[in-house]
Formats: sequence, C-alpha cells, structure tokens
Amino acid sequence: MDSNNVIELRGITKRFGAVTANEDVDLTVKEHEILSILGENGSGKTTLMNILSGIYRPDEGEIIVKGTPVTIHSPKDALALNIGMVHQHYTLVNVFTAAENIVLGLEGKQVLDMPQILKTIRNITDSYGFELDLNQKIYDMSVSQKQTVEIVKALYRGADVLILDEPTAVLTPQETQKLFTVLRNMKEAGKSIIIITHKLNEVLTISDRVAVLRKGKNAGTLATKESTVQLLAENMVGEKVSLDIKRDEPTNQKLKLKVDDLNYITPDGHKMLDHVSFEANSGEMLGVAGISGSGMKELLEAIAGIQTVESGVVHYYKDDDNEYTLTGMDPSQIRKLGVALSFVPEDRLGMGLVGSMGMTDNVMLRSYQKGKTPFVDRDSPKERSEKLIELLEISTPGTETPVRRLSGGNVQKVLVGREISSRPEVLLVAYPVRGLDIHSSYNIYNLLNEQKKRGVAVICVIEDLDVLLELCDRIIVMNNGRITGERDAKETTKDEIGMLMTSSGEMQSSTGKGL
Amino acid sequence: MKFSGMRIRKRSKISKGEAVIVRLIAIVLALIVSGFIIVAITKLNPLQVYAGIIDGAIGTSRRVWVTIRDIIILLVVSVGLVPAFKMKFWNIGAEGQMLMGGLAASALMIYVGNSIPNGLLLLLIVIASCVAGMLWGIIPAFFKAKYNTNETLFTLMMNYVAMQFTTFCIVFWEKPKGSNTVGIINAASGAGWFPPFLGQKYGLNLLFGILVTVILALYLKHTKHGYELSVVGESPDTARYAGINVKRVIVRTVALSGAICGFAGSLIVSGGSHTISTSLTGGRGFTAIIVAWLAHFNSFIMAAVSALLVFMEKGAVQIASQFGLNHNVSSIITGIILFFLIGSEFFNNYEVVFDNSEAEEK
Repeated sequence: MDSNNVIELRGITKRFGAVTANEDVDLTVKEHEILSILGENGSGKTTLMNILSGIYRPDEGEIIVKGTPVTIHSPKDALALNIGMVHQHYTLVNVFTAAENIVLGLEGKQVLDMPQILKTIRNITDSYGFELDLNQKIYDMSVSQKQTVEIVKALYRGADVLILDEPTAVLTPQETQKLFTVLRNMKEAGKSIIIITHKLNEVLTISDRVAVLRKGKNAGTLATKESTVQLLAENMVGEKVSLDIKRDEPTNQKLKLKVDDLNYITPDGHKMLDHVSFEANSGEMLGVAGISGSGMKELLEAIAGIQTVESGVVHYYKDDDNEYTLTGMDPSQIRKLGVALSFVPEDRLGMGLVGSMGMTDNVMLRSYQKGKTPFVDRDSPKERSEKLIELLEISTPGTETPVRRLSGGNVQKVLVGREISSRPEVLLVAYPVRGLDIHSSYNIYNLLNEQKKRGVAVICVIEDLDVLLELCDRIIVMNNGRITGERDAKETTKDEIGMLMTSSGEMQSSTGKGL
Repeated sequence: MKFSGMRIRKRSKISKGEAVIVRLIAIVLALIVSGFIIVAITKLNPLQVYAGIIDGAIGTSRRVWVTIRDIIILLVVSVGLVPAFKMKFWNIGAEGQMLMGGLAASALMIYVGNSIPNGLLLLLIVIASCVAGMLWGIIPAFFKAKYNTNETLFTLMMNYVAMQFTTFCIVFWEKPKGSNTVGIINAASGAGWFPPFLGQKYGLNLLFGILVTVILALYLKHTKHGYELSVVGESPDTARYAGINVKRVIVRTVALSGAICGFAGSLIVSGGSHTISTSLTGGRGFTAIIVAWLAHFNSFIMAAVSALLVFMEKGAVQIASQFGLNHNVSSIITGIILFFLIGSEFFNNYEVVFDNSEAEEK
C-alpha cells in the first residue's frame, strides 16, 4: 500500500532443525530511512537479514522488493536487487588495498582501469563523507577503517538498501559518531539503512523506526520519536525490566594485587603488554576499558598464569597476610598455593568450557584432580551443578546436556558460577555479558556485585562503556598494550574514556593532544 | 519441478531407534545393489554368493574361531586408536606400531623361546610388544608435543620405518636360508604360542580382546587420565586454562595408543600366524581407522563393525574358490556396504525437503 516501501517481508519463517529462528515475521523498509532491528541475542535479527541478503532461504513467507515478489538465491541476487549487507566478520583481502578490495570479484574487463575506478569510488566517499585512503592496504587499517571499506564496497556494487550487522560493536564512541554522520548523509541521499543492534541508546540516536524481534517473532515496530530506553527494553524482553545497576561504596579496601611493569611481545612482534602497572583492592570493582585487541585479554591471562610474560611481576597479598609472586607459576600451581584466582575467559566455549561435555564435566574442570585414586569423582561435581542450576536459574535439560547446546546466557552462568563457587579472593572476568540478553546480563552484574561485597577484588573487562561506568568503582584504560589512564568511575565521562582508548598515553596526550 | 525446489535441511533430532533403522536399511540396500552388480558381472545367483560368504565365515566351528580371532585383532587395534583419536591426535601409524609389536614378539620367540619357561615367555612377549608399540607411538607424540609437528605425516612415515626394520630383521631370521621368509617360528616346540584356553585354540585371544576393550572403555570414561585427554582433544586452550599439562597428556595418551596397537601385533604373531613378515598387519591399522570412526568410538559398535568387516573378508576366500571368483568381489561388496553405511550418516543428520511453495507461485 505504501508506495515508498522499498522492501516488504511477509510472514517469514525460518527453521534450523528444531530451532525456529524466525516465525511469521513481517517487516517493511522505506526509502530515506534508518531502520533499527532490535532484539536480544538469539532473537533472529541476523537470520532475518541473512534471508534478505540471500544467504539463507526462508521456509515460508515472501519477500517483496519495490512491489514485486522475488526469490533471492544468493548474495549476488540480493545485490542485483540493490540490497547489500556488511557482516560482523569482514571479508577483506589483507594484502590488497582498499580500492582493490572494493572492486574485487566484480565482472568486467580483464585489465582494471584503476584511475577510472578510483574516481568512481572517490565520488561515493566524497558524497557521503567517508574518510578513506583508497591506496591503503587492509592490514594497515584499524577495525573502523575496515568497516568503512566494507560499506563503500557495498555502495560501489549499487546497494540502495544497506544492512549493517552490529556495526558499532567494535567501534569507540568517537568512531561511532563518525559512522552515524555518514549514515545520516546516506539517508538524506535516499538510501535505506538497516542496522542490527542490541544497544538501546544507539537505536534512539540514529534510527527513524525500530523493529523489535523477540524470540524470532515480531514484537512491534515503533517510531523512535515515541520510544524510550525503558519502552524498547520492555518490548525486547517482553516484561518489565529494571535497568539500574546498584553500586555500593567499596568497603574495607586492602591491597590485593599489585601488577608491576608487565611486558609481553607476541611471537610476531606486537607489543601486547607495554609496561603495565596497576593495583587492585579487595571489595572494589576495577574496570578495564579498551578497544578489543588492546591487551586486556593478555593482561588477565598473564595474571591468571596462562600467558607467560617477558618481564614484570604480579604480587598477590592473600588474606593471611602472606605475599606471593604469581609470575612464573602455571594455573594449577597458582591454585595449589591456595591463591584463589578465578578467570572467566573471553571466549567462553573456546577456553573456559568444553562445549561437547555436560555441566558436570565442565564444573569439575578446575577440581577433577582432587582425591588420590586414578578415577574421577563425578558425584560431587554433579551435586554442585545441580546447585548452580537452582541458584543461578540456569535453564538446561540436565547436568549431562552438552553445554554447547545451551544458550549464551546459560553458558556464561555455568562459567561464572563455577568460578565463583571456588570462593576466590581475586576474580578476573573478561567480557562477562558478551552475547547475553538483558535479563542475564543484570544477573551477572549482580553476581559480580555480590562478590565485591564479599570482599573479593573484582577486575572486569566490559565492552559496554555505559555499563562499565555504572558498575565499576575505578577504571583503567588500555590502548596498544599500555595503560593510558586511570579514572574514578563516578567522576569520568564516556567521552573521556573513549579518548583514552585511542590516545597513546597520558604523557603524550597532555603535551601534544596525542591523536 | 525445478531443481532449486529441493533443499537439504538439518534434522531436528533423531531417536536411537530411528538411527538404527536407517543403518539397517543402508545395509539391506547395499546388499541389493551388490546383488545387481554380482549378476551383472558374474551372471551368478547373488543369493548363492551370499550363502557362500556365510559358509566361508562361519560354516564350520574352525572357521567360526578363525573369524573370531581376526575380529579380535581388528577390534584391539581399533580400541587402541580411540584414545589418540579422542584427543584429536590422528594416529595413522597403527600399522607400524603393530609391526613393531609383532617384531618384539618374534624376537623373543626366536632368541629365548626354547630357553625359558613358556609362561614367563608369554608374559615377556606381551610386555615387549606393548613397549615396542609404545615406543613407536611416543616418537611422533614427543615431536608433536615439543615442536607441534604434523602427527599424520609423522605416524605414516613411521610405518615405513617399521617395515624396513622388519625386512632387515628377516635377513637374520629367514628360514630356510634364502627363502626371504621366517617360516613358522618354534614349529616343533610351540614356544611363545598362545596355549589353548577353555579348550579353544583361540580362547586366549578372545579373553585378551574382551579385557582390553573393557579396560579401555573404563579408562576413557572413569579415570582422570581419560577426562584429561577428552579435554585436550576438545579444546587445548581450555585444558591449558584448567592447568592440564597438555604436552604430557599428548605423550602419555599416544604411548597408550601405541602400546595397545603393539599388543595387537603379538596377538597376530603369538596368537595366530606364528611368523613375521612385512605384510603381518594386512592393512588392519588402516581398516581400524574406519572401524573407530564408524562406531563413533563406541566399544560395542566397534565390535560389531569389526565383525562385519572380518566376516566379509572370510567369506571372500570361500566364494573365490567356490565360484572361481576373484576374492576382490568381497572387497567390492564390503566397499558397497561401507559406502552405504557412511552415506546413511548423512540421513541421520539431515533431511531433504521439497519446496512446493515456489512451484505454486509460478
């Protein structure tokens, strides 16, 4: 009925085996608009867009592009209909330049007319305000530059409808602003932009309309003007949610961990830890901020004994007033010494858990060596799993179901639950809510807060700066393996943290404004 | 109908019963297809050929026991591969490990066979064959753990080293001189031969086979070692994070794997052929890989698959003489059965659906 509907999806259903990813979903996309698709992880946002961009085919339903019903068999078909998608994982050739990547794979003459191509690309970048050096090689680029290449690539191929899957997940606040400016320019020029996201604030900032998906189904489309964070969250979750994180004042602070001048260079020569020093106290939540790949993971791994360092020392002050040097010990030695160090690795299934094993086997990962017999005792881990299921409301068919089959939130609860159940004095957590729905995220925040209250020194790496500012007492910021600043979470701002995330350090930035 | 209307979709779930039915259908289909091929090539009645196969494998009590003996050897090698495979260490060196085990058994029989009591000799044979196979496993495992070398190539190459070493030994052991074969070792005294057990010539083989299979199943499922090697196999990073010494687990597990394969070598030499040659293994080290995978490392199913393969092999000899067929006919039938069985796994995981909606639209 609406003549300016570029795309209409009607009754889209897509199943993967027993899992229904999309069920009877309707969606319209108009010209001149930015549409957000909002939903929690696993709500079917990406699947729906993959259907639109030709990666999957729907089991039921139809796709109508500019009034004509179409069947999209492949991304090529989608592009022929002027639909382009930028995925979360980029598909660029590292040793090629930006321009070469943009024309890669297009049909045409055997010999590329590079000057002409460069001119065309430059037209695109200039008209929308992209900042891009077309002759730069991909391996020299930052994540945000690579993203720009991907977007220009889609535009060069004639995309009028551009789908972006979680485009801001890897960007700093400043880069996000830049991206949004470009997107607004594109909208003015008549393009339609679809952004897949689960960040509520972003939705309100950038989009005209929001389509909310919940458990694979439509949960309403709202005009951004008429919605609030609270309203969106309720639509997304399906019930009232509380979005406040309570932060108690740290009590009874004592020095727990002293990291002194840690250095680590990867085998291929990257300085992942560069003279890192800081302190962590009991009863305090210390946040670590940084763009992914800035050395936070390596830092936590170094403390946990998984990563060996070139130089530097980690001092640990146990409750019994003894001082231990953790550097040089392996994880089991650290445990044997009675030094309670819990670690929730970034990659839950790749490193913290064994996906094909059940909860029992995963829970005993840290304690299976107990007992003198060569046989493993599965009874007490099983009991502990059952307790965790009850305590953390983990939804699983049973303790023997492979954890790989659980949803992200439940997997995370298994992992955090196991670590907390060892009653640590220092708790290291990396990306504890990555991929979790709102409800589970707040559960995890509460769990961390409880640990803090118990007197644990909690050190956490969290991507979402809003959360980091609300949850933590103190924040240290890392960039390129260096600590570029330390701030009181109650006094700093998101912008300030964002600046530190890209600056080259306090010293330089104060004299020459580093960037 | 348009071809694009047909799609493949992941199955939601399949019950154990259904899965078994799918596999049984696969075997029946395989036999039917084999029947057509037999008729096409030989003009013989396929039912007669099948009867010949059955007769060859279990036609007489002696044949039954020979079949059992060979099933056990294949089963033990398959069982031996499982710990390594579960750790995702692709040990394709079972051939060499078996050969070294067999070589150790032969050496003991030849050099000390008639000078020490038979009981002690048998004990030494079992230990020595395990140690020899273990050694052949530890070498690639050490390099894998220390330098992350590719174990597939390494274990494969070790097979050829074992073969050359065997050729070298045969030069000293050949009997009669110049025949380039060792002949039956201790043919007169029977020293180092497995004695009859419960009145059966191959009773001891059966006992050993069952023991090894059961003990290994327990080891994998209920010991700390078994737990560690599964963690290492699933995710070395998780193992390291849990404080498991990954290198030690790799060497230890492959040592065990090699030891069992080496033991299988003594089952052939002392428990069967009583001789040694480079063709001692008869390719069982490779067949066992298929057995282990087809059974998803389940001991019971491994026994069933070993039985099927050996059954067909024994039947082949029979139909070769009975119908004047080349014994490769049985290999063809075995191949067809395996093809259908492996192919049926696809239908256990996926289903084919037809898109009618599209046809209606157009």
